[in-house]
Amino acid sequence: MVSVERNKNIKVITGNEACAEGALVAGLRFFAGYPITPSSEIAEILSMELPKVGGKFIQMEDEISSMGAIIGASLAGLKSMTATSGPGFSLKQENIGYASMAEVPCVVVNVMRGGPSTGLPTLPSQSDVMQARWGSHGDHPMIALVPNGVRETFDLTIRAFNLSERFRTPVILLLDEIIAHVNEKVELPDPAEIEIWNRLRPVDPPESYLPYKFTESDVPPMASFGEGYRFHVTGLVHNETGFPTNKQPEITKFLTRLNRKIERYTDEIIQTYCDYDEDAEIGVFAYGSTSRSARRAVQLAREKGIRIKFLRPTVIWPFPQKQVEDLARSVRKIIVPEMNLGQMAHEVEWAARGNSDIIRLNRIDGEPINPLEILNLITEMVS
Amino acid sequence: MSFRYEIRLSGEGGQGLVLAGKILAEAAAIYDDKNATQSQSYGPEARGGASRSDVIISDDEIDYPKALNLDLLLAFTQESCNRYAIDLKPDGILLVDSESVATVPKGDYRLFKIPIVDIAKNDVGKAMVANIVALGIIASVIKIISEDAIESAILARVPKGTENMNLKAFKIGLEKGKTLLADR
Repeated sequence: MVSVERNKNIKVITGNEACAEGALVAGLRFFAGYPITPSSEIAEILSMELPKVGGKFIQMEDEISSMGAIIGASLAGLKSMTATSGPGFSLKQENIGYASMAEVPCVVVNVMRGGPSTGLPTLPSQSDVMQARWGSHGDHPMIALVPNGVRETFDLTIRAFNLSERFRTPVILLLDEIIAHVNEKVELPDPAEIEIWNRLRPVDPPESYLPYKFTESDVPPMASFGEGYRFHVTGLVHNETGFPTNKQPEITKFLTRLNRKIERYTDEIIQTYCDYDEDAEIGVFAYGSTSRSARRAVQLAREKGIRIKFLRPTVIWPFPQKQVEDLARSVRKIIVPEMNLGQMAHEVEWAARGNSDIIRLNRIDGEPINPLEILNLITEMVS
Repeated sequence: MSFRYEIRLSGEGGQGLVLAGKILAEAAAIYDDKNATQSQSYGPEARGGASRSDVIISDDEIDYPKALNLDLLLAFTQESCNRYAIDLKPDGILLVDSESVATVPKGDYRLFKIPIVDIAKNDVGKAMVANIVALGIIASVIKIISEDAIESAILARVPKGTENMNLKAFKIGLEKGKTLLADR
């Protein structure tokens, strides 16, 4: 019998597996969900793995209650997550708004499939990127991350937890069916070397604790229920005590801080990968699995001697406005391929401020965008 | 110059093609220090009827993880052969189970016909291991992943107690593949 040396850290796993694994490394201890294609494997894996680390898994009666359950668990001090797709993401929106308003850290994974409604359950799409931003009503801040591969899904799942803990806010992780189900080679890092952030705990005793205190950082320290701190949590606009208020100065003060606590840290939150040729006239802006098609197209175009600037965000909310504006100032045209009817292209156009033309390349039939479609568009534009 | 090699294993649900694809990817990625991705048909088409499993192997980073131009297509059924032969690149390899695929679409490819399922049934003793016989043939024909790597990946994946049968299936596949090449 042969035996070939193997590196135990190298695995061939799917995006959904990497998401579950990353969540556990980040410190996930409570998952509530309702299975839905193509996200179900995340729940399936965590139902087996969470009990082994003393965590809890609950399959709830639906997506609305799942979202409620993770908010409750987070208030009790546990890092919490749910995972869903398409219609399930719609159902979670009301409670995502609640988590945002009540400043409860949690991670919501949405594995994008074709919509609207029950749409295309088994096929990939990127048509929830706007819903991730504005699916819930009212002026609220939002952080949404878009990995483009299995290893990055592991990394960004951890980052989603870190950001949610640091800013006391729900964070949305947007996968799509391609990344969720493709098996890729990954070499996972040693968990001991991964940076993990935890929510700031109060130093004030329970008698003087203010759950929504105005502090220099704009992120109030968070007590856990069950540790002697009693406080009020509501979706109504509230003051520092957590109780509802209708007083105009308090309303403005609270809602301003709620949004500012993310806005002022935008530069720290945003991450982009740039691969820029000097003197290029064409730019490509792509995210998620479509950026893999775009990457291939850029490679093929370069082999033909065409110069390109390639920009890929891993964070789409907050939107990388400055990075896109800089790109737009340096090229004539920016191609935005995406598996929807141009949701991010609209945002790119806004950020470009008329400095370059935005060329949409859209596909909505459940097929990934073929790199050759992007390459053809690039070569057409050059000739 | 880096290479990118695309393989599609196609046939019916239940023929172990998804497992075979995963074994190929793991052989390349874990035991042979290459890069690999594997994806499969998913959804209604995967329940009964057609099944496919795509593997991409490269010595470089794999940007686009889906198949574009197949270097090798394994077809276990007439239907899968008809459906996917068009995805082969010029001079690609079409490997068919000769008992199931009666007519082969016209095209510019190298054709290998061999009764894979019958070999599994008669030479190994179980039709179920046709997928592993196919892996042996593929290993011989493409010579991209080492035999040892595939053997290790098979042993790590197959159910306990079936290791010897699967190894036998793989070895027989290797030999048949070598004969196929020699006959050309």
